[in-house]
Amino acid sequence: MDTTALSPEAKNVRPSLAPRLTLARISKSFPGVRALHDVRLSLYPGQVTALIGENGAGKSTLVKILTGIYQPDAGEISIDGKAVELSSAHKAFEHGITAIHQETVLFDDLSVAENIFLGHAPRTRFGTIDWKTMRANASEVLTTMRAGHIDADARLRDLGIANKHLVAVARAMSIDAQIVIMDEPTAALSAKEIEELFLLIEFLKSDGKAVLFISHKFDEIYRIADRYTVFRDGEMVGEGLLADTGQSEIVQMMVGRAVDQIFPRREANIGAPVLSVSKLSHPTEFDDISFDLHKGEILGFYGLVGAGRSEVMQAIFGITRTSAGQIALEGKTIAPKSAADAIDAGIVYVPEERGKQGVVIGMPIFKNVSLPSLKRTSSSGVLRLKQEFDLARAYTQRLDLRAASLSQDVGTLSGGNQQKIVIAKWLATAPKVIILDEPTKGIDIGSKAAVHGFMAELVAEGLSVIMVSSELPEILGMSDRVVVMREGRIADIFDNKGLDAVRLVETAAGIVPA
Amino acid sequence: MSTTSDTIAPRQIPDRLDRPLVSLVFSWEALLVLVAVAIFVANSLASPYFLDAWSLSDLTFNFTEKGLIALAMALLIISGEIDLSVAAIVALASTLMGMAVQAGVGTPGLVAIGIVAGLACGAFNGLLVTRFGLPSIVVTIGTMSLFRGIAFIILGDQAYKGYPAGFAFFGQGYVWWVVSFELVLFLAAAIVYGFLLHRTSFGRRVFAIGNNPVAAQYSGVRVGRIKFVLFCLTGLMAGIASVLITSRLGSTRPSIAQGYELEVITMVVLGGVSILGGAGSIMGVVLAAFIMGLVTFGLGLLNVPGIVMSIFIGLLLITVIALPIVWRRIKGRRAA
Repeated sequence: MDTTALSPEAKNVRPSLAPRLTLARISKSFPGVRALHDVRLSLYPGQVTALIGENGAGKSTLVKILTGIYQPDAGEISIDGKAVELSSAHKAFEHGITAIHQETVLFDDLSVAENIFLGHAPRTRFGTIDWKTMRANASEVLTTMRAGHIDADARLRDLGIANKHLVAVARAMSIDAQIVIMDEPTAALSAKEIEELFLLIEFLKSDGKAVLFISHKFDEIYRIADRYTVFRDGEMVGEGLLADTGQSEIVQMMVGRAVDQIFPRREANIGAPVLSVSKLSHPTEFDDISFDLHKGEILGFYGLVGAGRSEVMQAIFGITRTSAGQIALEGKTIAPKSAADAIDAGIVYVPEERGKQGVVIGMPIFKNVSLPSLKRTSSSGVLRLKQEFDLARAYTQRLDLRAASLSQDVGTLSGGNQQKIVIAKWLATAPKVIILDEPTKGIDIGSKAAVHGFMAELVAEGLSVIMVSSELPEILGMSDRVVVMREGRIADIFDNKGLDAVRLVETAAGIVPA
Repeated sequence: MSTTSDTIAPRQIPDRLDRPLVSLVFSWEALLVLVAVAIFVANSLASPYFLDAWSLSDLTFNFTEKGLIALAMALLIISGEIDLSVAAIVALASTLMGMAVQAGVGTPGLVAIGIVAGLACGAFNGLLVTRFGLPSIVVTIGTMSLFRGIAFIILGDQAYKGYPAGFAFFGQGYVWWVVSFELVLFLAAAIVYGFLLHRTSFGRRVFAIGNNPVAAQYSGVRVGRIKFVLFCLTGLMAGIASVLITSRLGSTRPSIAQGYELEVITMVVLGGVSILGGAGSIMGVVLAAFIMGLVTFGLGLLNVPGIVMSIFIGLLLITVIALPIVWRRIKGRRAA
């Protein structure tokens, strides 16, 4: 494949390209919810279209319609000008549409080659799978997309997420898919892996594929996409070329109002140390961790994925056992052996994995909020529903939760609203220290701003916050001080006054400035 | 939020949207009531002996003992665990009571031994599951063999008899007219368990664990401790059931209560408790106990042999695991 043939200049030569895929007047409703109303979307060969919108704007519904999982109530889908019906996932696949998800759906226990050719493996004349050809073809596909470093015989389980993405793309290539959907593919990737993914997208572009790219990160969108389509509340509110459109314009389309400032300005009023961690160690995950968290402070924890930040936080929260070291809260040594111990002491933790560790899906909102506070809302072990509803109402309102009722299952809410419930649940316990692990990962801009504004309110009220984040703007915009971790150790602690992003990244990556 | 330019007033979120009457009419429990009434009518048409106060009283003995175990089992299954050793606990507890009779222990002592033995067996299961993190289905298949095996070693092919006259009351006595002690105990226990599961913070935590044990742990629920208590309660109820059964039969054989675990689990699942955990109600389990009693008693009146009944129980267990899934699908379609 010659990737130089289609340089940016070459693209501009043919401005009136016919779309490969067109969605027209698509509507889809669920009981009580209008997910999509009269939306349109066009994907062009050799171009990347970014689909932008807050959570709940209808992006995932659209992806499910494109992949044949949902059927639209109304509207038309056409590929190369011909109307098609995507009545099942298999049909969508046959029409050359493939999707690469946040957590790619592949088979961990099969080999790379098997994953690539599952369902269309080359056969011998006896009808059995032609393993030799399959392996050779797999290697060839991987090599064309410059992923020759992946062994076709390797078990998928042994590959990192970035390489799994590559295998998913190889699968798309092997069936000659013309339309590739990437639904937040960078969410779990490191900076280097994201670069590799972008190279791959460039390759897909040069190969004439139409790519739909969904991301919450504007720098990525501007970096890789040519066009944009913005959804808000299930409607298409804008589309065009990214080259002609500024970031603030798009943000305005998304939220329907001007967001003049992304991070809240605040006066830091930092007091005495509240939480002191000294020489905390774990047999494998982290070593010799010492830091102080002060009253009214937001302490950022920055580092690459796998630097051991979450593990340290889980140790402070009593989930992970430590091998050495001490934790002191307001001068008193504590040794939490369970989350219940940590909560009783006044330390709470908003986990990174919201669905698995944060909310109890299958239970209504009010029961999720009251779960750690049952001792207070019940009298000698007997539930008092009124107290629970009062508690849930007070704290969810404070976080501006959007829900139909407090008895609604949390599983039906968007990621941003689920995160608000996790935070509401903890505030109701009146904690001293609140640890937020990637608090805005995968949530929409509106909820993000709400979470950030709320953190500022909390510290103003004298709470102390630890914020683990891999997003530089968030670290720089919110923290008073920044702890940088690298390979299980603290690399450095910075005061966030005129702190340089480059310095942070270099420290996290272990690059010594020349 | 003070950072956005136009502040939206906080929205008032209502507590509930469901109309209680509508959700009651379409509940699993309502369906069980209909089924119970239908079987009751069918029984009274099929046999002229059915509609008689003493007949109906005899009927209750078909489910009270298993029902007592099912109440605790419901909580255990809601929490995502299971105990297959309950029938073996009944056998071991009964055997220990039989040994105590030979040693001349009186009625209060026998009752205490039965109950404590059940509790101890439950605690042993709970310890293996929570302390060593073993799956309960494997642990309790093991202890099922272990407990009954001990009973067989102690008893061989013999039987213990000679229980004191006062001991007979628990399984054979009547509190008032045709109302047996067993039935009163079952209904009282149902109220206690219903309260525990639906009205206490303990019960709320049981549901939380069943829905998502990890998130429950991260929310400060002491998951291991609660599961341990649930295993103890299940053992305790098996111990109480053992006292009742032994008292009713007046003897102990090592094969006592053979196969009860399946009937207990069938009751729980028929009662609408999700076999995957996280959902269920005590009201449903009580209704299911009545239905099981009605069905087996009705088949008995029609002289259906025991082996056919066991086939029937097997089919019922498979059906009730499939039925809630189908029912939810129908409900989902109604909502759509």
